[in-house]
Amino acid sequence: MGATNYIGQAVKRREDYRFLTGAGNYTDDVTLPRQTHAAFVRSPHAHAKIRSIRKDRALASPGVVAVFTGDDLAASKVGSLPCGWLITDVKGQPMKEPPHPCLAQGKVRYVGDHVALVIAETAGQAKDAAELVEVDYEVLPAVVNAADARNKGAPVLHEAAPDNTCYVWALGDKAAVDKAFQGAAHVTTLEFCNNRLIPNAIEPRAVNATYSRADESYTLYVASQNPHVERLLMTAFVLGLPEHKVRVVAPDVGGGFGSKIYLYAEDVVCTWATRQINRPVKWTAERIESFQSDAHGRDHVTRAELALDKDGKFVAMRVATTANLGAYLSTFATCIPTILYATLLAGQYTTPVIFCEVTSVFTNTSPVDAYRGAGRPEATYVVERLVETAAREMKIDAAEIRRRNFIRNFPYQTPVALMYDTGNYEATLGEVITLADVAGYASRKADSKKRGKLRGIGYACYIEACGIAPSNVAGSLGARAGLFEAGEVRVHPTGKVSVFTGSHSHGQGHETTFAQVVADRLGIPMDDVEIVHGDTSKVLFGMGTYGSRSIAVGGTAIVRALDKVIAKGKKIAAHLLEAAEADIEFKDGAFAVKGTDKKKAFAEVSLAAYVPHNYPLDKLEPGLNENAFYDPTNFTFPAGSYVCEVEIDPDTGQVRIDRFTAVDDFGKIINPMIVEGQVHGGLVQGLGQALTENCYYDPESGQLITASLSDYSLPRASDVPSFKVGTKETPCTHNPLGVKGCGEAGAIGSPAALMNAITDALGVKEVEMPATSQRIWRVCQEFKIAA
Amino acid sequence: MTVKVSMTINGKPASAEVEERTLLVTFIREHLRLTGTHVGCDTAQCGACTIQMNGRAVKSCNMLVMQAEGADLVTIEGIAKPDGTLHPMQEAFRQHHGLQCGFCTPGMVISAIDLVNNFPDPSEEVIRHQLDGNLCRCTGYHNIVKAIKAAAQTMRS
Repeated sequence: MGATNYIGQAVKRREDYRFLTGAGNYTDDVTLPRQTHAAFVRSPHAHAKIRSIRKDRALASPGVVAVFTGDDLAASKVGSLPCGWLITDVKGQPMKEPPHPCLAQGKVRYVGDHVALVIAETAGQAKDAAELVEVDYEVLPAVVNAADARNKGAPVLHEAAPDNTCYVWALGDKAAVDKAFQGAAHVTTLEFCNNRLIPNAIEPRAVNATYSRADESYTLYVASQNPHVERLLMTAFVLGLPEHKVRVVAPDVGGGFGSKIYLYAEDVVCTWATRQINRPVKWTAERIESFQSDAHGRDHVTRAELALDKDGKFVAMRVATTANLGAYLSTFATCIPTILYATLLAGQYTTPVIFCEVTSVFTNTSPVDAYRGAGRPEATYVVERLVETAAREMKIDAAEIRRRNFIRNFPYQTPVALMYDTGNYEATLGEVITLADVAGYASRKADSKKRGKLRGIGYACYIEACGIAPSNVAGSLGARAGLFEAGEVRVHPTGKVSVFTGSHSHGQGHETTFAQVVADRLGIPMDDVEIVHGDTSKVLFGMGTYGSRSIAVGGTAIVRALDKVIAKGKKIAAHLLEAAEADIEFKDGAFAVKGTDKKKAFAEVSLAAYVPHNYPLDKLEPGLNENAFYDPTNFTFPAGSYVCEVEIDPDTGQVRIDRFTAVDDFGKIINPMIVEGQVHGGLVQGLGQALTENCYYDPESGQLITASLSDYSLPRASDVPSFKVGTKETPCTHNPLGVKGCGEAGAIGSPAALMNAITDALGVKEVEMPATSQRIWRVCQEFKIAA
Repeated sequence: MTVKVSMTINGKPASAEVEERTLLVTFIREHLRLTGTHVGCDTAQCGACTIQMNGRAVKSCNMLVMQAEGADLVTIEGIAKPDGTLHPMQEAFRQHHGLQCGFCTPGMVISAIDLVNNFPDPSEEVIRHQLDGNLCRCTGYHNIVKAIKAAAQTMRS
């Protein structure tokens, strides 16, 4: 690209020094003068009417500044939390969209629902006083499982949805699918749950909001993945504040995985309250609040069928899913089990017809929304469990059945609305088979047997759709937001560069990766480039980071702005070099007259732009500062092949992941070290779902049983192996960097690979996730399985 | 009720009059404004609040500040050399990409130093078991294990 060569290098991260020395600045590290501390009174019941709330004892408690309830918000005309995606149901009717109050309005609908806000001088005083708020509840029966929500006589959460149904939605040609099933040589059927997960970023959500009477402005520090979206939703839809008077800062953020995308009640209530008391209001979640009130993930009940011809070619797929949305619609809840799920059911295969029906229901549980992968892990689980099971039933090798069905011609229009631009599935499968030493599997299995252990192998070949786009198509499907990204390149007079991006880094390392791209494009040292993000007062606009979109959408916006900088630089250089603009080329960090040694360095041109003495002022404005908004023409489609090998002790039910090999195609890779790190992390979140993690609500009381790290088992270092990872590069065809995105892949492909390995080892068709020792031991007992 | 506490933190004396129920981590973060020590779970399960107390790794969210009376404490801010040069464990985390969002990192680094003090030449299995008190959601542990192995070698030589 130029004098520098950063793209493709494992450049060490510039973020690391501050994180390693305790110099990071997370929201809870922000202390504001005269700040107060907030505590939320939360519902102890899954479903109840509120008869009355008495504040007096709390107000008399030491240090208490104020106590607010839903009545105070209603009097102040604070609105309902909005949902950002309108789903239209099978009858052409809009989804049911009941109010989502920031503090309860007469009723609570899940354990942890927000009832009152207590503000005091210290966090301890606020928590003490929260215990003294007296709420008189009339407890109602609750329903927590998706499968029960539509039962006759089930408790009703919202008047607007008397059957607890948000929508019934479908995609695909049902008649064609039903017909194909009738003529099929073989049908594989599976019924399973995709278990509910609680994201558990290690940094709990936090807010510190402050108001200035001097200019009627607000500043909100918040652990968020998308500060501009947070501001837009809060000002325009809930608080009715002027957008330009609210600054939202998402400083260092300690992991998100989806859970910090959304506009939460706590963010709104603290921002509203800071003006009421004219002092800053700070709130940091305790871990139990993270469990109870962060948006959860997954929670599908699915029946899936795959029809095949006699040679193992897929002829049709039919899927019926009930998705649990929880008690209220979180910001993007409605598009996850629809737009980001059913559209992925073609996977890597040429299945000609697919039909999927999704019924999304309300239950007395925490709202459910995007969690790492968001719909795509659920789709991959459906496809890859079906494919592997079909291979076993038809006695076809698991790799071979996939090869017989791979899409090989691109671009490829799937029967579920997506157009894959490019891919090479054979390449990743071939590579993973080599890297995983599948050839040596038989002897390893024999060795396990000698030691009294069961060994199994499982594949998963996933497809992902990243960088959801374009905005107008998404809009026609119900999106209530744009899906572009913004970037600004500010070249300083000395040739140093500040880049402002609407993407947000909460672990992804954008300050390094994006700087690699900018430095290469401009041919200048990385040290001359800084990346700025996470502050609405600095960054022009941003849709934020989710859905593995940062490099593909945010990176491209920066590249577009860089193109404008270079184009203007050529005009300036042409003037300085007394040459025609068409004869100027930008190469190796300098503007040169083609075919001559006449040139001007990048910094000479930037200086001329800011000291415009010898400058074409009649034709060109001074300065060198450009921005761009990039709206992609399509999704990107990362894909990969994973192989998992497990060893199971039938006496204890313990599953040991012996080896896990992943080969991904992320298109062009900017920083392989960071990409590998993303894969490792994604893999463990996926393996956590399949092996240890499970959110459990008691079906009688509606209590969240797994509300602590003792009861909800996050994977620890000893639960997982080291990984073998490889990559193949099939560049994306519709963005200038050829990039696809890598943040979610690991979590998308790994649950199916692990469960395919476990079912292979046990010789059973289905085991529910998570495959805990107890569950596996029971299967071994039930089917009398021994090595 | 308040109580007077005094101890040494990162080589300097620190003392204050605090509420009896003040947790050690609250004292470190809010009274001393050393915000590198993090609170991830407030129940001693995630390890983000790990600090050194009299040379051993302890979880500061699970102790009252009174229990640290007279102790010699080191937080993440005291791990690098005064001139800013990173400790070999910090350097190894940087070299091997053993951190992403950085939130678990201070506790992870301090636990890892303790681990190598106890097991100067740890195998992967030992590292993984000894890390059971520290949760990371970003890295999948792979590169943390690599970093600790590499740091152990540097710290031995």
